[in-house]
Parts: sequence; structure tokens; C-alpha cells
Amino acid sequence: MSDELFKLNIDGQEVEVPRSYTLMQACEEAGAEIPRFCYHERLSVAGNCRMCLVQWHGAPKPIASCAQTVGDMRMNPDGTPPNISTKGDYVEKARNGVMEFLLINHPLDCPICDQGGECDLQDQAVAYGRADSRYELNKRAVEDKNMGPLVKTIMTRCIQCTRCVRFAAEVAGVEEIGMISRGESAEITTYLEESLTSELSGNVIDLCPVGALTSKPYAFNARPWELRKTESVDVMDALGSNIRVDAKGDAVMRIMPVINEEVNEEWLSDKSRFIWDGLARQRLDKSYVRKDGKLTAVNWGEAFEAAKTALSAPAEKIGFVAGDLIEVEQAKAALDLARAMGVQNTDCRPAGASYGTDGVRERYIFNPTLLGVEEADALLLIGTNPRKEAAVWNARIRKAWLWNELKVGVIGEAADLTYDYEHLGDGPDALKDLFQRDSEIAEALRNAEKPMIIVGESVLSREDGDAILAAAHDYALEIQAIKDDWAGFGVLHTAAGRVGALDTGFVPGEGGADTAAILSGGMDTVVLLGADEVDLSKTGDATVIYVGSHGDAGASKADIILPAAAYTEMAATYVNTEGRVQMTRRAVQPKGDAREGWAIFRALSDVVGRTLPYDSADALREALREANPVFAGLGYAPGAAGAEALKQKISSSGSVAGGAPFAAAIDDFYLTNPIARASKTMAECSLQKQGLETVMAAE
Amino acid sequence: MALRRFDLESGGDSFAFKPETEPTIEFWLGKYPEDKKRSAVIPMLWLAQKDNDGWLSEPAMREVADRLEMPYIRVYEVATFYTMFRLQPVGKNHIQLCGTTPCMLRGANDLKEVCQKVIGKPMSVTDDGRLSWEEVECLGACANAPMVQINDYYYEDLTSESFTEILNKLQNGAEVKPGPFVDRLNSAPEGGATSLLEGDLYDGSRNAIAELPNLPKDAPAEPEPAPAPPPEKKTTLIKDSKPAPKAEDKPETVEVADGEEDDLKRIKGIGPVNERALNELGIFKFSQIAAWTSANVDWVEDFMSFPGRIEREDWIAQAAKLAEGEETEFSKRVDAGEVESSKDEGDE
Repeated sequence: MSDELFKLNIDGQEVEVPRSYTLMQACEEAGAEIPRFCYHERLSVAGNCRMCLVQWHGAPKPIASCAQTVGDMRMNPDGTPPNISTKGDYVEKARNGVMEFLLINHPLDCPICDQGGECDLQDQAVAYGRADSRYELNKRAVEDKNMGPLVKTIMTRCIQCTRCVRFAAEVAGVEEIGMISRGESAEITTYLEESLTSELSGNVIDLCPVGALTSKPYAFNARPWELRKTESVDVMDALGSNIRVDAKGDAVMRIMPVINEEVNEEWLSDKSRFIWDGLARQRLDKSYVRKDGKLTAVNWGEAFEAAKTALSAPAEKIGFVAGDLIEVEQAKAALDLARAMGVQNTDCRPAGASYGTDGVRERYIFNPTLLGVEEADALLLIGTNPRKEAAVWNARIRKAWLWNELKVGVIGEAADLTYDYEHLGDGPDALKDLFQRDSEIAEALRNAEKPMIIVGESVLSREDGDAILAAAHDYALEIQAIKDDWAGFGVLHTAAGRVGALDTGFVPGEGGADTAAILSGGMDTVVLLGADEVDLSKTGDATVIYVGSHGDAGASKADIILPAAAYTEMAATYVNTEGRVQMTRRAVQPKGDAREGWAIFRALSDVVGRTLPYDSADALREALREANPVFAGLGYAPGAAGAEALKQKISSSGSVAGGAPFAAAIDDFYLTNPIARASKTMAECSLQKQGLETVMAAE
Repeated sequence: MALRRFDLESGGDSFAFKPETEPTIEFWLGKYPEDKKRSAVIPMLWLAQKDNDGWLSEPAMREVADRLEMPYIRVYEVATFYTMFRLQPVGKNHIQLCGTTPCMLRGANDLKEVCQKVIGKPMSVTDDGRLSWEEVECLGACANAPMVQINDYYYEDLTSESFTEILNKLQNGAEVKPGPFVDRLNSAPEGGATSLLEGDLYDGSRNAIAELPNLPKDAPAEPEPAPAPPPEKKTTLIKDSKPAPKAEDKPETVEVADGEEDDLKRIKGIGPVNERALNELGIFKFSQIAAWTSANVDWVEDFMSFPGRIEREDWIAQAAKLAEGEETEFSKRVDAGEVESSKDEGDE
């Protein structure tokens, strides 16, 4: 559409906006506030709530500003710009009428409605509603619908704005919600009340302008005005979605998305949103020491003494393994302690991984940036299923596919990604001769201005991971995915802590053992920094020290447990898959005796006589910035700045030929980390999903 | 409109189109491009309903969705939007009873009572599975109100009695011919036609070519007379309401031999047209006009549609003079050929 400017006179103020703007956007440009229910910036225009009516002087009727394109308007007869009023009796009367109709069938149950206090209808009724009702007939009532374990429905409250329908169809890419029947009988429902299968279904709760769709786990738990709101960063996947943690007293009551256009827009995956009940379960809130085969609660002093004993083993017999959720501060403190003790056996990568040791950061981060997919014209996913590994980014791929005609190719699991793609193969074999390959997507990648090659992190933990990374990078160079202003090659991580830990250098030191070696026996002492996703069955009789927040695989194996804070309980640094450094904030206090991870290692360093040189988190971060300048750029993702470093070929001795097919990195989207496994809600979702899959398999 | 939900129990688990429906499906799918085939959703649902004993089961709806590669919810939306897609089982004969105003005024409520009595509640099926009914909006046969649609056909001009009889027959498995149930053809008048009865309207005899009066003739014998000025509308001109002249006030007439008539055009106010009109009345002599009574004057004025003119132009006095052989100012000018309008037609 032409982006020529168009002049309008809005409330007596002249504004100039692109012709492609809607009248509503133009009004907002002029500083006017337009009430709305059905309109949403990120969804298609429906124009069915009629709340955004404005007056166009000369037009016979009020205009629904959300559905009126500015470029379609015409000048006044004398050639002056069209006059729009967003205030005044005419507009007021029109909106009052709309509001009266919306309220005819809307129940007056605000006092027991979870949306109360943050309800668009409630807010706008204050401005446009009548004090009483003139409607004397029966109100309609609608049966509540099942939408799964996350979304609670009170359908009588629904005002048929269809935002949820449009979200499911357009953003989530699962056409599961619809409006059935018509007129007074119209109802929003899923097909035969089946559960939503989207990983983004929780967003319909935010989208619903009334209390028809609310959060099931949060139901009747709190009122919005009682909640302490803390903006933070999510750690359920490696995207680092921006969140707001709403807490009451000591408990996290819910998690909401915060808009960050470069990361999560305004969406949040179900795991990130509904994880919060896991923060109150299975918590390690005391130190434990195994006595006579049984874990016994002890105080910090006793636990440290036990740890000191364990760490007095020879340095080469001690190993540190960092888990998926580790924050940068803890990684830094633990690493500094390990090196101070002469321990080289440190690793933060999954068993088998061999990447991230050559000192080139660009080889393990997501260089094209998450936002970059909207500029890209062809995308190749290698061994990754973004729908499960990065649900919010998957919605962005879908957006680019839908609106920018992005072409997508997949090597690996042929899963339902909510958009069409060309499946090039199951395993690394498909990478061979990909450049010469005669296929639509190969052609598109060859000719693309801004192609994007994304390798799933799980691929890099394979035996032939090195070779695959090198082959994928070679291909990226072949199709010229690396230009001065475009770095079209990157790794999509699944663990929130990985990139940060790699940035601190949490990899084996000189001659040190990696994760697989540390965990395969032969160590006297193994320190697990929240490492639960690794195979702990072969640690032998090593003393296991577990530092973490949740009683999960690692804790059950541990001989000494040092309780740490979870991500909502501390100000901590995380680096997302793009290499974007972000900080969480403390929303609630750590549980019981739990302490921030870095503080535990700082205290431990004292006990073992290797006192670390920082006494505060600030001092630690200072040390971090000194060690690696990337930590200085809060909120910054390098993106194309890394193109130069990517221009060099990655050398690899291995071959991609004959490799096994890529396996799914995530079996169960809902149970990927200790917090999720502690969450009842996630367990329900998982059961639900399994149930669905069983049914589908039976068919 | 009540809540409409799929009857999942009666719907069973599967549905298949009848083989003989496949060509029709092909026909409908052929109307749309491959990537727009969801456009065929309504005809497809309709065919599925036909193949599923008159109602749309959930498996049938899914079959349509699968064939059109549409998400189930999208088809579900369409199926529930249109009330002609029935989501629960119906009888072998499903009656759609029109209850909209014209039918209601003509007795649809009585028919409804019959349905209630013979079949039961709307959308319930009789035990033998033969009948079911529902009330629908206008079926567009108001001229034949009250009416019902049974399966695909209209049964019109019903009464409680005739409708009961239809239902009884259907219940006994008999067939009933559709159409009006009074003595009429389609929407024609009851008891046969009341107008346009003439037999020759239909035997073709009126198709003979009529002689059109103003067709150009091959060689006109004499020039056409100048068209008469359009008659003035008397109703607009008569201001006082005079009683209409009586027939007996018609002036006396005479027979005169050719050549013996007077030249009435010598009277001021009488031109060739008026002269001809007067001649037709049987007035040829000045003496006749001179003898007119005022009643005669009224009659003639009325007849010739120029009220008050005879008096105003004083025809009687002029005629009296001319009858005596005297001249008037005007007749002198006529005789001198000065008055164009008094010349004889054809005299050039």
C-alpha cells in the first residue's frame, strides 16, 4: 500500500499519517484515545464491536475508526482535510448506545469476576455506560465451554469480539476456536469443546477484553490491585521473553507478558505463563546432608562443612556441571571458585556437546535475531522444532510466512509447525549437496536476499554435532547468508542459562573433562548447579553437591543440597539465544533458607579458603563485565554485528554423511525443567496432551 | 432459535457419501479453484445432509471438512449458522411449517396444533421414524398460505383437516402429491379463473393482423384533415356546477338535400371543425341555430365542450341575421375570403 501521507483534521488538530493507517491509528497519532474491544494491533480487523465510533463531519453515520483506512477517505468539498471528532455529544451518544447494547446481556458479576479491576468493559462502562439498565427482558445465558486446563470460560460474559478466534487462527496457527450459531445464540467455543492444542493458548486470556476467558489456575486467587508487579525475564526457553511477575505476599500469583517487540512482541508461551505454581512446590528451602543414606535437613554451616570435605578431593577429581536454568552470576561465581581450586572439569553444555570452546561467540548464538525472521525471505531449520523449543518465536515465523511470504525448509522432525514448509530430510544427510539441490526451498535459499539458517542446539550435542554445525555454516556461506549487514546463521538454544554460562566461559578448562566425562564416574565430587536434564545414573560413588531450587533428579541424587533461589526470587542476568543480556528482578523472597546462587558459592569459597574477590552482586557484575564486555550491553543483541566473525569457515574433521535422523529435542513441551515438573498445571497440560495424542494414535 | 448442538449419540462414528452423490460433489468442487475449494462448503454440507437421512451428523460434517481440507471448527461454524442444516435426526418426512405472518394470519397456528398432536414437540421424531416437524421462517409461498414443506416439496392452502389427512397418509407410508389442497392450480384463483375468460383470447384468432389507422397509404386520395385541437377538459373549466343538460334539450334536426345547407362558417366562432360537428348533429341551416333555446345552447355547448362560447360569440343573433339574408361584419369578411379559418377545407 502506498505510504504517501494523508492529512486529517482530528479534533481541530491537523495530523499527517501514512495512507495505510486506519482512522483509529490516525486518531491516536493525534493524541486521542479511542475505546475499543474487538480491535487489536496484532490481529486482523474485525470491526464488530462498534465501540471505536468517531464522527466524520459530512458522513451520514458515525464511522468505526478501526475499520476505516485513511487512504480511502476523501477531502471535504472545499478541498480541506476531512474533519474528525473523537469527542463531543455525537460521538458520546453513539458510544453510549453501543455500550448499552453490549451491557444488555453482560452479567453484573464484576465482584466475582477475575477480570474485575483490569477489564476493558468495566473501564469503558465507567466512561460510556448508563447508570441503570432499560432492558426489561430476560438476559441471555451461555453455557461455559471447556478449553483445557489453562483457560477458564464464563461464556455469558462474552461480548463476541472474536479476538480469541482471530488469535487462534492467525497468530497461534491452530484453527480451534470459532463462533458458532448466530444472532442471539452466537457462542465462542472450541470444536466440540476440545482443549486448545496451542503452546500459546494462554494469550487469549490477555486478549479477552472481558472476563469470558480467564486463567484457570489463577481463578479466584487474587485481585489485580493486590498484586505487586515486577518486570522480569522468563527462563522457560532460551528466548528470554519479557514478563511481569505478579506476586502477593510471598507467592507468585501469576505471570504476564511484557511487550518487547524484539523478543516476544506481546505473547508468552503457556509454559512461561503458567509455570508459577511450580515455584511453590518441591522447593528446596533448607540445606540437606545425606546421613546414613537419608537426606537430613541441616543448617548452612553444617552443609558447608560437608561441602568443604567433599571439595577437598583432588582438583582433577572434582567436576562442576551447570544446568539449563543457571543464571550468569552463579555460573561466574562457581566457575571462579572452581578455577581458584584448580578445577578444570567444568561444563554447562549437555552431555556430548563440543561447541562453544573456540572462543567465537557468534558460533553458538542466534545471530540473525528473533526479529530478523520478519526481514528474512527464506528460512532453513536444521534439527529444531521451534514450536516446542521457542513457541513465541514460532508465532513470529508464522507471521512472516503469512504476511511476508517467508519460505521455510526443515531438516529433521517433520512436525506440525503451524505453517507450510518443505521437508528436506530427516537427518544430516540432507545437508550434503543442499546447494545444488533441485527444490523450491533450496532455490529460494540460493536466491534469497536475507536467508536464515538456524541449527537447533540439540543437534550440537550429537556425536557429529561439530560436523553438522560446520556443514550448515558452509552452506550458509555458500548461499551468502553472511553479509555485512546480515548474519543469517545461528543456533536456537532451548536452555535459558546456556548462552550466559558459555559467555562466562563455563566450559572445560585446560585438560578438563566435559559433562559426559564428569558424569560417567571417576569423579570424587560432582557439583551440580541445577543440572537436572543430564544423565546422573553413572556418577558412581562420587559425592554429589546439588545447588538448586527444586527437588528434582539432581536433588534426589545429591548427598549435599544447598538451596538456591529461583528466577523470580533474585536479580540475575540471563543471556538469551540471541546473545541479548537481560536482567530478572526479585519479585518475591527466596524460599526458606535459599540464597542466590552466586552468594552460596561466595560463602562456600570462604569456607574452602578460596575467598572470591567480590562481596556484592554489583561487584560480581563488575567482574563479569571486565571478564567479558558483552555483559555490559543490557538488552542488546549483537545481530549483524557478528557477521564479520561468521565469515570464517568452521573447521571440522567429522562428516555429516550417514548420521542418524535428528531426534526431537523436546519430548514434552510442558515438562522441560525442574520448575515445570513441579507444577501441577504443567502436569495437567502434559496429561491432556498425551491423552490427545493417544486418541489421535488410536484413530 | 433455540440452541443447536450436534446429536453426537445418534450421529454414530462414521459417515460416507453415497456413491451416486460423487458426481454432484465433483460438479460443485469443479466450480472453484483447488486452493479455494472451501467455497464449496455449503453445497457439500447440503449433500451430506441429503445422504444422511435429512440431517447433518458430526461425522458427516467432519467428512465434509476433510474433503475440503478445512479445520473442523470452520465447518462447524457454517453448519450451526444456517438453520437449514439440521444437527439432530429427523423423520423420513420432515415437515417445515411456515409460521411467518401471512401463513400465521391464514391459520398456521392451527397447523402447528396438528403437528403437536400428531407428532409431538418440534424436532422430535415419531416412534415409527416417519414424521418430524419444525417451525421455519417464510418459505415464500404466501399466496398459498398456510403451507408446509415436507422434505423437498410444498403442500399449500392447508386446513387442519387436509393437513391431518396428509400426515395420516404419510404415517401410513402412502405418498401424497404436493401442491395446493384447495381447488386451484398453483396460485390461480380458487374454483378456476375469474377473468380473461373469453375463449378467443386463447385460440389465436386475436393474432390476426389488425388494420392500423395511421399506416401510410400507397397514394393518399386527399390530404389528411388537420388534427382536431385537443378537446378542452370541461371538468376543469366549469366553475359553477351546472346540472348536466338533459337529452330532450338536443336541438331540432332537419334533413337537407345536398347543396342546400348554409355555410355555417359565416358565423363568427364556427370553423370547419365546428361546422362538421354541427352537421353531424343535423344542423345545417342558420334558421335552426337562430331558433335555439337557451336549453338548446347549453346542450350544444356541453356536447361540443365549449361552455359559454355560443353566448359569448352570440351565434344566435348572427344566425338570425344571416337567415334573413342579411350580412354581418364577419360574414362580409368571410365572403371576401379574408378569414382563413372560415375557408372550406380543401379550397386552396
